[in-house]
Amino acid sequence: MALSVDIQKRLGNFELQVKFETAEGMLAILGASGCGKSMTLKCIAGIETPDRGRVVLDDVVLFDSEKHINLKPQNRKVGYQFQQYALFPNMTALQNVMCGVREGNRQEKRQKALAIIDRLHLNGCENKKPSMLSGGQQQRCALARILVNEPQVLLLDEPFSALDAHLRFHTERQVENIINDFGKTVLFVSHDRDEVFRLTDKIAVMENGHLKTMGEKHEVFKDPSTIGGAILTGCKNISDAEILSPNRVFAKDWGIELSVGEIPEDFRGVGIRMHDVKLLRHNGDHQASAENAFHCKVIGEIENPFSCSIMLRPDGKEGERYILVDLNKERWNEIRSEYLDVCLPSEKILLLK
Amino acid sequence: MISTVVVFFLGLFFAYYIAKVPRVLKGILDVILTLPLVLPPTVVGYLVLRLVGPRRVLGKFFLAAFGFTIPMTWWSAIIVTVVVIFPLMYRTARGAFESFDNTLMYSGQTLGLSNSFIFWRIRLPYCKQGIIAGCVLAFARALGEYGATSMIAGYIPGHTATISTTVYALWKNNQDAEAFKWVLINIAISAIVLLAVNLLERREKQKGVTA
Repeated sequence: MALSVDIQKRLGNFELQVKFETAEGMLAILGASGCGKSMTLKCIAGIETPDRGRVVLDDVVLFDSEKHINLKPQNRKVGYQFQQYALFPNMTALQNVMCGVREGNRQEKRQKALAIIDRLHLNGCENKKPSMLSGGQQQRCALARILVNEPQVLLLDEPFSALDAHLRFHTERQVENIINDFGKTVLFVSHDRDEVFRLTDKIAVMENGHLKTMGEKHEVFKDPSTIGGAILTGCKNISDAEILSPNRVFAKDWGIELSVGEIPEDFRGVGIRMHDVKLLRHNGDHQASAENAFHCKVIGEIENPFSCSIMLRPDGKEGERYILVDLNKERWNEIRSEYLDVCLPSEKILLLK
Repeated sequence: MISTVVVFFLGLFFAYYIAKVPRVLKGILDVILTLPLVLPPTVVGYLVLRLVGPRRVLGKFFLAAFGFTIPMTWWSAIIVTVVVIFPLMYRTARGAFESFDNTLMYSGQTLGLSNSFIFWRIRLPYCKQGIIAGCVLAFARALGEYGATSMIAGYIPGHTATISTTVYALWKNNQDAEAFKWVLINIAISAIVLLAVNLLERREKQKGVTA
């Protein structure tokens, strides 16, 4: 069970160039909207045709531009869940699922469809039209229709984005179980880092039609390695930077010098997550001794449901951007001052390409 | 009536394929196919006559192959109405097809459904409203067609007469009562068709809600 993809496709100014391989289990592609995630899935499913390249699923060549192989979507055994589910509006849930059964007479198809409807807890919805189903039911109905089709690979295109936030978490758990039972390759595409982190172990970050980083999820979140990756994984503090010496850089947007670890090639900027910025006692005692410590002016605060984000600017600098720090509300209410001393621990600074 | 059925399939066929062709070609084909709607009926009649008249290309072929001429027969009336009402069906059907959500087709394809199944069972029902509207318009126009029909099929009572040509002929001959009878028949047919369409639509809607 493996999927290997190596494709190129040009669309106006946009160039899609994707190359990856994955075994069974789930791989998430994390990317902003319009970065080519869905296009990649469509190329695998055969809905779009790449300009060049190869797509191979379990030793079956689905597409090969050199050998002129291009299987019809009907023959690819690919299960594709669309963002809006794409249930057939003129059919009932049961008829929709029956459309997915590939073989058998009417009676057998009906039996199979009913079995999977039962497995996905859709009992009672059989004779309803999709418009009468709730968002979660529609989603499971679409999954049922795909699973009954017995695909070799499952492609999920933003499967939760059409659901209300409070439904999402619950549905996510259900889908997780279904997918674990499926046991084959699953490609999951999303722009939501929390969703991706909760559901998968392996993450690939996609930017502008190119796959940038791919790896185990903790690794990717710890070292997103590119500026785009840092943004996608939720890093709020990012600044362009210049190298000063082997272990020192100048963060242009903040107007400060920082000591850092080993600087990678093609270095472009630094970043630090909001919760990694350390608050020093504000009387200034430790200021001189701590590395990367700065005396900062508070220029604003943003209240979140359970915390406060404080906007800081290093004192005396006129940088464009501010540094955001996450504080819990009680702590901030205790301190409440015009100036804060913070430290950006060098081991927590992300060095980005 | 028969012309409506013919146009139903013809219009669908063209609308489906033309919705898919490249833009420039689409524009040109669009103009050609919609032209009969804009041209005066007599002009359309004249053009069709030129095409199928006994001494013209197609007419000659028919004469040689089947031994009869097309104009002045009952089915010449059908041919000419098809030409006249075709644009109505084609236009509305194309509009309906273009509003179709293509992801439905894609998902059908990945599920292994054949393209003809997708067309008849998913695309047509989805575009039903527009297609029914096209049929009604086409039928209405077919019923009211006079100019082109009278040029090609003429008026031979009981043979090539349509309601509209009958009414005109009767009125011209001062048979006012007779003419009025046909007028009433015409109104009745039109009303029944429109009523049937309305009922059909309402039932569909209810089915959607209660099912």
